[in-house]
Amino acid sequence: MRNNQPLRDVSPTRRMTAALLWMVGLLLLAGMTLIFVPQASAQNPTPPPAISDDQVNAIAKEMYCPVCENTPLDVCPTQACAEWRELIREKLAEGWSEAQIKQYFVDRFGDRVLATPPARGLNWLVYVIPPIAILLGVFLLYSAFRAWRRSAPPPAQASPPAAGSAPASDEYVRRLEEELRNR
Amino acid sequence: MLANFGFGALLITLLISLYGIGAAIYGVRRNQPAWVESARLAMLLTFPLISVVALSLIVLLVSGHYELEFVSSVTSNSMPIYLRITALWGGQAGSLVFWSWLMSAFATAVTLRRWDRDREFLPWVIVVSLITLAFFLILTIFFENPFERIWRAPNGQFIVAMFQPAGASLAMMRDGQGLNPLLRHPGMIIHPPMLYLGFVSFVIPYAFAIAALITGRTDDRWIRITRRWALVAWLFLSLGLILGGRWAYDVLGWGGYWGWDPVEIAAFMPWLTGTAFLHSVMIQEKRGMLKHWNMVLIILTYCLVIFGTFLTRSGVLSSVHAFAQSAIGPMFFGFIGLTFIASLYLLMQRWDSLKADTHMTSMLSREALFLLNNLLFMSILVVCFWGVMFPLISELFTNQKVTVGPPFYERATAPLFAGLLLLMGVAPLSAWRHSTAKTLGRAIWKPFIFSLLVGVLLPLALGVRHWAALLGFWLSAFVASVTLYEFWRGALARRRKSGENLALALWRLAGRNRRRYGGYVIHLGVVLMAIGIIGIEMFQTETQGTIPRGGSLSLRDYTVTYQSLAMFDTPDGRNVARAVLSVEKNGQYVGELHPRRDYYFESQQPMTIPGVRSTMEDDLYVLLVDWMPVSSQGATFKIYHNPLVNWLWLGGLVFILGTLIAAWPEKDPEEAVERAPRSAYAGAQV
Amino acid sequence: MSEVITESTQKVAARSRPPWGRILAWGGLAVLLALLFFGLLRTQSGGKRIGARAPEFTLTTFDGQTYRLEELRGKVVVVNFWASWCKPCEQEADELEAAWRYYQPRGDVLFLGVAWTDTDKKSLEYLQKFGITYPNGPDLGTRMAQAYRITGVPETYIIDRNGVLAYAKLSPFLSIEELKSAIDPLLED
Repeated sequence: MRNNQPLRDVSPTRRMTAALLWMVGLLLLAGMTLIFVPQASAQNPTPPPAISDDQVNAIAKEMYCPVCENTPLDVCPTQACAEWRELIREKLAEGWSEAQIKQYFVDRFGDRVLATPPARGLNWLVYVIPPIAILLGVFLLYSAFRAWRRSAPPPAQASPPAAGSAPASDEYVRRLEEELRNR
Repeated sequence: MLANFGFGALLITLLISLYGIGAAIYGVRRNQPAWVESARLAMLLTFPLISVVALSLIVLLVSGHYELEFVSSVTSNSMPIYLRITALWGGQAGSLVFWSWLMSAFATAVTLRRWDRDREFLPWVIVVSLITLAFFLILTIFFENPFERIWRAPNGQFIVAMFQPAGASLAMMRDGQGLNPLLRHPGMIIHPPMLYLGFVSFVIPYAFAIAALITGRTDDRWIRITRRWALVAWLFLSLGLILGGRWAYDVLGWGGYWGWDPVEIAAFMPWLTGTAFLHSVMIQEKRGMLKHWNMVLIILTYCLVIFGTFLTRSGVLSSVHAFAQSAIGPMFFGFIGLTFIASLYLLMQRWDSLKADTHMTSMLSREALFLLNNLLFMSILVVCFWGVMFPLISELFTNQKVTVGPPFYERATAPLFAGLLLLMGVAPLSAWRHSTAKTLGRAIWKPFIFSLLVGVLLPLALGVRHWAALLGFWLSAFVASVTLYEFWRGALARRRKSGENLALALWRLAGRNRRRYGGYVIHLGVVLMAIGIIGIEMFQTETQGTIPRGGSLSLRDYTVTYQSLAMFDTPDGRNVARAVLSVEKNGQYVGELHPRRDYYFESQQPMTIPGVRSTMEDDLYVLLVDWMPVSSQGATFKIYHNPLVNWLWLGGLVFILGTLIAAWPEKDPEEAVERAPRSAYAGAQV
Repeated sequence: MSEVITESTQKVAARSRPPWGRILAWGGLAVLLALLFFGLLRTQSGGKRIGARAPEFTLTTFDGQTYRLEELRGKVVVVNFWASWCKPCEQEADELEAAWRYYQPRGDVLFLGVAWTDTDKKSLEYLQKFGITYPNGPDLGTRMAQAYRITGVPETYIIDRNGVLAYAKLSPFLSIEELKSAIDPLLED
């Protein structure tokens, strides 16, 4: 059985820890939603007759051709990629949307032309596994923390010097020295 | 002749390594130190022997012995001498020799330290190092022999073999195919060796960890011995990664420095676990906790090194960096299996003895925050690992190749990196053991306010509106203020105590705890790099256009005007198309740029070399995409505006500087006391 | 990665239910090694499958005809991967066409051209330029190329009357004789 003193002393810590964990969690969540939300693609309304290189590159940037693996289509210097870019230009001139063009390339050359696998079939795993694994890690760490806290001796003997009677700077010097000794 | 000599030396090295393994194990089993000593000498001998091998190969490369298949595949008459030397690591066979060379250099260095206090580790460190070395030697000798020659059989066919086939005569080759043009960059002289050094030097901490597991001496001793080794390995790995980024930026011509290519990730993964280790090892030193976890981390780091090497060299993954498909795959797979299984087995065997009296009083203490840091590093590792493995899985199960490209990694890791930055700001202010919200809040509020001013208001005033960029800048500012505040507080406290002036106090403070303050300098480097990365990732703009001579393209404040284009052949076997562009910023002439396209005749590969105008504020990065056959008609250029990217390289320098400070040899306080009379010698140890 | 997780699982699980952590760790490692093993097997088997059953395919040509390999038993099938942007392909284009004209009257040899990572427009231009008359089609979804694990173009695979891969060449043919010497033995039996 414990007395109330340490408990009260601990609670702000716990709040702050919870806040910190929340923050990390939120960051993770933000990352995950970013993964899941499909990129809002800039639709170009009724393309002008002449398609600029920039319009082509905007699409090509997110595509990959099998000839130069891992190099985005917009910067790949090979002839094959130049022709692919030309094809994008033609399709744009015909009034195709970005999504249509990408779909055409997928049908024609396979899923690998896309920078990230389309989320269907087995490919779901790409997006599902990392968040699951990370959440699992968070859970494990959290339960480990709890187990360690339970086994912790009451911090009574450690608190007096830090009580605030000594000036903060001396406390700091003491800490620096202690850390040097402890190496 | 020299080829035979080199090959002979290679064989002898292998035999000696095998002998060393046997002698060390025998010596331990029979408790006969003489055998262990003999094994140690065997290990010492490997270095000069492999040096002989490597030097003969270099001589063969430089003198153009094209009858050697390896020589003719990586060098040619048109290559300057320095490139012929660096061609050693330009092909699979040579790079394996180079790898063994570095590996044995490290193994030798570690054998030369004094072992009085940890005799029992010695045989096992020797065994682990020599097994690794022997494995690479076997690969070299039986699968990728750089000394194999090309022979001409009587029927006119060419045969590649080490020794003269019956009736065949040595083929007379006048020229070789030359080095892959991508590798002909000065950056290539130093980037692969650094990366290799980083890779091989992680063998040493691993060897000590395994030795600790085998001997059952699982106290902190192995950590104390290996922490500096780990730091040195990590230094080389970081250097290799940073130089690789610079090389990509300068040569690959896609306007970036990091493409999340599988091979890049393969080098990045051990860096992640290594970084996690360097942090969590402090928890073990200070609190005696987490012995398991550190063991797991160091073993994982080494396994990832081997795993990455396997991925890039076995042909399992395809990538720009990957070596051509080769026969070493199965052998390598066996080695990986052995390493992973043996490590896991040993770890399990000793699991209970590694158990420490673990408890934690405060979840805001430094150790708790370090654990969060480890969680984030592991999460990034998970993302990277999965991204690399998934195409393989997809190909196996669906027969469909897929690309897991930068958008995946960027979206998944950006929040994790942000979390790391946040921790980097908070953790230095929290105390070991007990830290409460109150103490932490008292320490944090000043840098926090300051960082809001610098990291949010300043960018807002400069016109930055994107929330993620603001968050990133604030986090960077926060870390920077906390770190500088720590230096300031430390120096002030020291001055108060000793009466030194501030500069001297700062110097002595850092000198007394190099690892801590070196670490802070590394943090500052990371901040600078983060600023550069935010700049280029979030604010990069680009445009592309075909312009006639005299025409211009504009991007942001810049206008480039196409002046001329010249095409010429160079003596080293290139056809160069080089454009001259004049650059104006806000209507002011600021200089000329010369983007070019080099076409290598031998390998029929084009290379796009950007023209870059670089300032601390931004880079103007121009690529020559295409040009009309008649050069006067016009040419196509692609222009990138990369804000702040120079901060990335500056940060890289600071980062390396910090690592050097942290890794600089200092007297181990225990040993200095214990061995006072021979302290000069002790200081030279690791 | 499974390894990472399971080993960290281990850390916590060890105190309460040790076997689970161990099983997970070993299981994760086994899965990883199995993946690598099969990945490697796949890589290693590239170009060495002579004598094995050739991967099935369906090729729809530019003029709309469909060829299924399984329906072509009894014929020797020459599958040539090419692309319009590929210079070495141009070297062998004439040889391939000449060989096709030589064998076409027999009726039991079929040449199929497969355009790899190529745009239709350029492919058709190429076929026109070199006057190629044997059936050619695009490799939809790059499926054929993946099934045959090609490493580049041009590559040529010859499948015998029983659907077995009998010959593979990963570089251009230099003469029509070279082609004949690869095809003729398959016609004898």
